[in-house]
Amino acid sequence: MTPNTPVIDVRDVSFAFGYVEPVLRDVSFTVERGDFASIIGPNGGGKTTLVKLILGLLRPQSGTIKVFGQSPEQARPKIGAMPQHAVTDPHFPIRVIDVVLMGCLRPGRNLGPFSATDRAAASEAIARVGLEGLERNAYSELSGGQRQRVLLARAIAPKPELLLLDEPEAGLDRKVEQDFFDLLEELNRESTVVLVSHDLGFVASFVRTVICVHGTVDVHPTSHLDGSVINTLYGGDVHVVHHDRHL
Amino acid sequence: MQFFEAVLHFEFLQHALLAGLLGSLAAGVVGTWVVVRRTSSIAGAIAHCVLAGLGLARWLQEVHGVSWADPMLGATAAALVAAALIAQASHNQSEREDTVIAAIWAVGMAIGLLFIASTPGYTEDLMSYLFGNILLVRTTDLWLMGLLDIAVITVAVALHGEIQALCFDEAFARMRGLPVGRLSLLLHTITALTVVLLVSIVGIVLVIALLTLPAAVAGRFANTLGRTMVLAVILSVSFTTVGLGMSYTYDLPAGATTIVLAGIVYLGVRLVWRRSRQ
Repeated sequence: MTPNTPVIDVRDVSFAFGYVEPVLRDVSFTVERGDFASIIGPNGGGKTTLVKLILGLLRPQSGTIKVFGQSPEQARPKIGAMPQHAVTDPHFPIRVIDVVLMGCLRPGRNLGPFSATDRAAASEAIARVGLEGLERNAYSELSGGQRQRVLLARAIAPKPELLLLDEPEAGLDRKVEQDFFDLLEELNRESTVVLVSHDLGFVASFVRTVICVHGTVDVHPTSHLDGSVINTLYGGDVHVVHHDRHL
Repeated sequence: MQFFEAVLHFEFLQHALLAGLLGSLAAGVVGTWVVVRRTSSIAGAIAHCVLAGLGLARWLQEVHGVSWADPMLGATAAALVAAALIAQASHNQSEREDTVIAAIWAVGMAIGLLFIASTPGYTEDLMSYLFGNILLVRTTDLWLMGLLDIAVITVAVALHGEIQALCFDEAFARMRGLPVGRLSLLLHTITALTVVLLVSIVGIVLVIALLTLPAAVAGRFANTLGRTMVLAVILSVSFTTVGLGMSYTYDLPAGATTIVLAGIVYLGVRLVWRRSRQ
């Protein structure tokens, strides 16, 4: 892989569940190293499908997807992921450290307890998200904002080169959400961040590239994002939009 | 006290106590997975399907003289088939998993009833299959329980992290590239084997309670999966031992006594918990 290889390279990808109308049609875009990209679009527009394709959990019917120049399966260890509203049992008997250690799981890991390296990585991740001292606390006793931080720590524990977050702000209040995005901005200094969101409110503040998914994909630099783009995306009317690049 | 004296004198009571102890070990560990993964209906379906295997084996033995068709063997085969069918249904997302579970639950039971009705002397068999008879536990069953305990504990230690991730957040486990389908099948298989052995203690109808109630109580007091398991085992041993003692002393059915005891503790803990949270 050369330094210029894009982190994510999606080319002419189409995907459909069964024989129904395809969710994604001829989608192409790239995400460069160090970018902070946001995937936005209406519900049912294919955002989560796109995430699953990038992770290799789904295979496109046509087109290719490369992550760090490799197949998604090969690249998976380099990706730190946070799935969409993790449906976790509020009474689940588990501590913060145990949740974060899940990030260190990988196929082919030695069986048995986690290694000292994994434990150190998990502690470091917990400190990184500002939860030091809470390692041994029950996950069920934490606030919503703290739990999101734990799940973020779990994603960054394996020191990923790409952070892929699917609607991490869901269910957070504004203030907590702002703190959470400040944290992401900080993490962006080390890894490429791709964030799925249905919420446009925060997008402009620090996201650099916006990937709009609504069956097809348009890519905009944030500075070009205006009302008409949003209208096209969510309103369903077809408007002529000035696109920086239309891939 | 009378009960403790009796235990010293009667081998069948010693067997029954040992069965409670060995069964509780597997029940506490597997029950914790069942509770946190919310698969008690799967355990229930497997348990009821066991009747098909028991009935078939008994029928082959009694009516056709097939001597190797041990009921335990039939029960194990039926439980494993049920587990595989459910794993297949949850893998294939176009199927409604809960419908498949309900179908396996009732159809398995119906097949068992048909076989038992075609076998002479079926009523006593049916009662002990449905409600268990810990006093009839054989030495072979105790050995099988011991082996299962070893297998369950080995899996629990070796795959603790993986199984915990699967139970806590399956989507994330998938994203980390874990073999979610195979891990799920492994859990269903272990659940099936545990259910088969517990059936001899509390019977088909009551087995879900012995799997879920101790783990549900334990989960309120423990903050890790491992501690929940240890506490669930201790509670389960207490329920089966006290249940057996009470049933001996007051001449009550052992399985039902054990489960009512577990139920009272579960409800009591829930009530106290709710009060203390207000």
